[in-house]
Amino acid sequence: MTNAPEENSAPTTTEPVSAAGTEAADGDDVLNRDTYESIREPRAAGRLPLGDGTWHQLARQYVWVQQISGGVVGLIALAATLLLTLLWGQWWAWIPGGIILAMITWTMVITPRQARAYGYQLRRDDLVFRKGILWQRVVAVPYGRMQLIDITHGPLDRGFGIAQLKLVTAAASTGVVIPGLRQEAAERLRDTLVDVAEARRTGL
Amino acid sequence: MSGAPVSQPAPVQPRASAPSLSDGEWHRLHPLTPLLRGGLFLVVIAGIVIANLRDRLVFVFLPWIDDDADVDVEEWQGNDPIDFIVDNNLYFAAGFALLGILLLLIGVFYLSWRFHTFRITGDDVEVRSGVLFRTHRRAPLDRVQGVNLTRPMFARLVGMAKLEVVGAGLDSNVKLEYLSTANAEGVRADILRLASGRRLAEAGKGAATSATSRVSAAASVVSAGITGLISGDEEQDSEPESVVHIPLGRLIGSRLLSGSTLALIAIVIAIIVGSIAGTPWVLFSLVPALIGFGAYWVRTITRALRYSIAPTQSGGARQQAGSPSGIRITFGLFTTITEILPPGRVHAVEVDQSVLWRPFGWWSITVNRLSGRGMTDGNAEQFTTVLPVGTRDDVERVLRLLLPGRPESEWPLVFEHGLLGPKADDPYTNTPRRARLLRLLSWKRNGFRLLPDALLIRRGVIWRALAVFPLARLQSIGIDQGPLDRALSVAGIRVHTISGRVSGRLGVIDRDAALRLFEDTEAAAVAAASTDRSHRWAGEESATSDPVLVEAEAGPTRTDHDSIEVPEDPR
Repeated sequence: MTNAPEENSAPTTTEPVSAAGTEAADGDDVLNRDTYESIREPRAAGRLPLGDGTWHQLARQYVWVQQISGGVVGLIALAATLLLTLLWGQWWAWIPGGIILAMITWTMVITPRQARAYGYQLRRDDLVFRKGILWQRVVAVPYGRMQLIDITHGPLDRGFGIAQLKLVTAAASTGVVIPGLRQEAAERLRDTLVDVAEARRTGL
Repeated sequence: MSGAPVSQPAPVQPRASAPSLSDGEWHRLHPLTPLLRGGLFLVVIAGIVIANLRDRLVFVFLPWIDDDADVDVEEWQGNDPIDFIVDNNLYFAAGFALLGILLLLIGVFYLSWRFHTFRITGDDVEVRSGVLFRTHRRAPLDRVQGVNLTRPMFARLVGMAKLEVVGAGLDSNVKLEYLSTANAEGVRADILRLASGRRLAEAGKGAATSATSRVSAAASVVSAGITGLISGDEEQDSEPESVVHIPLGRLIGSRLLSGSTLALIAIVIAIIVGSIAGTPWVLFSLVPALIGFGAYWVRTITRALRYSIAPTQSGGARQQAGSPSGIRITFGLFTTITEILPPGRVHAVEVDQSVLWRPFGWWSITVNRLSGRGMTDGNAEQFTTVLPVGTRDDVERVLRLLLPGRPESEWPLVFEHGLLGPKADDPYTNTPRRARLLRLLSWKRNGFRLLPDALLIRRGVIWRALAVFPLARLQSIGIDQGPLDRALSVAGIRVHTISGRVSGRLGVIDRDAALRLFEDTEAAAVAAASTDRSHRWAGEESATSDPVLVEAEAGPTRTDHDSIEVPEDPR
C-alpha cells in the first residue's frame, strides 16, 4: 500500500490547511512542491466547507501557462481586429473582436483565483476533488472505481514542467480533471492511484 | 432443428444430438448463417435485377398480358445485354460467367463461415472471424452484462436465433449469429452458468479437463453429464411465469397518452390555426406528420407486445436460498428478443409517471445498464425500458426483481413514500422551505433517502419520478453549489452512474444535509463495493470463486480480467 491512507489519520480543522502540512509522508514532498498553499473559497456562510484533511493544490506554473496561452490567443484576436479595422476600414470587426477580447481578459483576470480553488485529497478509500469559487463542485471517487488515468501535457506545459491528470470511471459524468500538476507529482499521483485502485478492484 | 449439423474442428467428439458448444473447443456457427446474414444483400441484388428486366420477364413468362410489349421489344434492340447474348449466340459464355459468379459467392460465403468460429472457456467467450483480415474478440465472462437472444422473424421461421453476449464497453458485444434455437439456448445457459462461477464451484474438474484440448472419453462422459444437467435446467425454467401482464388496451392507451401525442396535438392545432389564418395549403403538411406518428406508434406497440418479465435461475437449478438470480425479459411481436440480466447489472432504476398517466395509475420503469452498444445504435434505447407501462402492483413486482435482497422494511419507503409522494411523517429529506422558490411546485417532494445499500431520489410533482441507485454500482458522487444556492444555503447532489436515461441529479437540498449525504453515500458505496460479489454472482461462498483460483484453474490464456473493454486483437 502507499502513503495515501495515512493522510486522513491526522484530521485538521476546517480552516484552510497548509499543503506542506505536518505529515512528513514520502509522497507529500513530491505532491506539494511549488504548489499553492491555501484553498481559496467563497466568503458566504452557506458555502461548501473545506472539511477535514489535507488538500493538495496545483503548481504555481499552471497560472503562467494559462496566462501565456490566453495572452497569445488574445493578441492574435487583437491583431486580426486591428488589421480589419485599420487597413480595410471594417469597423464592425470590433463587435466579435471586442467580445472575444473581453472574454479572454475576464478569463485571464479570474484564472489566478480559480487556480487556487482547485484541490484534491487522498483519503483512505477515495479521492476527493474540488474546484470552482462561484460555482463550487466537489467530487468523491472511490479508488476501486477508477478505470484508467490519463496524463497529458502540451508543448507549453512541458516547457513549464506541468501536466494534466484525468481520472476516468465507468460514469462519463464523473469528470475529474486535475490540470496543472507538476510532472513528477502527476506521475507520483498516477502510480499511487493505480496501486490503491488495484488493491480495491471490484466489478463495475 | 435441434440436431442441426454444427460441424466441429479436428478432434470431433462422437456426440450426435445436443452437442455441447461450450466445452472449450472451437465451434462453427450454423451453416445457414451466410444465407441469413447475406440474405438482405441477395434480396437487394435480386430486386435490382428484376427491376431492370421487368418488361422482359413479363414478356417471357406472361406474353398474353398486352401487345404493347412487342413495341417495347423493338426499342430494346441493340443495347440490351440479354439481346446481345441472344444475338451473338453466347449462351455458354453467359452461363459460365453466371456459374462462375455463383461459385465465387458460394466460395466466399463458405470461407467466411468456415473461418468464423467461437469458443467458450471457463473465463471468456471468444470469436474469431475474417479470412484476410482476421479479428479475434474475447469477452471476459465476469464482465458479462447480459445475454440477449434475438430471433428476427425470418430467422425464426427457419428455427435460428442470434446470441449476443453483452460486454461492458461501447460496441463491445460478442455476437454469435446464427445458431439453431436449441443450441443458442444451450449456449446461453452455459455462458450464464460459467459467468456465475457456479460451474467452477460444482464441476471445476470437468471444466478444466475439457478446457485442455485433449478430450478423453472420460471427460466427454463428464461433459455429457453436465450437458444433461444444463438441458434439464433449461427445460425447467424455459418458460418462467411472467410477473407482469400488459393488456393490449393499456399498452395502446399508454402510448396514446404520451408526451409525443401532446406534441402531435400541438402540431395539429398549430397547423389548423395556420390554415385558418393563412393559406389552407398548410393542411397538407398534416399528412406526413400523421404518417410519421402512426409508424412510431405501431413500432413502439409491436415492440412491447408479448412482453414478459420473470426471474430466472440463470442456468442453474441448485440455487442457494436467498442468493440472487437474474431476470429474463422477453418482448416483441415479429422480432422476439429475450434478454437475461444477471444480478447486479442494473446501475440505476427509475419509476416515473407523467400527469397524463396519473388518473389510470400507470407507471413505467427505465434502467441504466450497459447494453454494450455504440452511442449511435438506434436499438440501444429499447434496452433501457424495462416496463413500458404497468400498474403499481406491476411496478412493485418488477422492482422486487430488479433490486433483490432488500429487507422488507425498506419497501414502504419506495412504494408508499417514494412513488406516491409526501405523506405524513415523510422519511425523505426534502428541499428546505426557504428555498422553495427554486422548486416552486415540487419542493415538498424533491428529496432523498439513503438506505444502507441504496440511495432513493424522489423528484417532480407533475412528472413524478423515483430513482433508486444501488450503492454497489455507484461510480462516484459529486456535490455542487452555485451563487444562488449559496445565498440560500442549499446545494445540489449528483450521483454518477454509467450513462443512461436515469439522471442522478438532485438539486436544492439543505447544504448540511447534502454534505452529510455526500459523506455517508461515499462511505456506504465504498463498503458496498468491497463486499459486492455479483461479478461471479453464484459462487460467493465457495473459495473457487476467488479470481486467483479461477485463473489458475481454467485458463492459461487469460490476460486481463479487469479490463472493461473487450480485448480485440487483429491477427
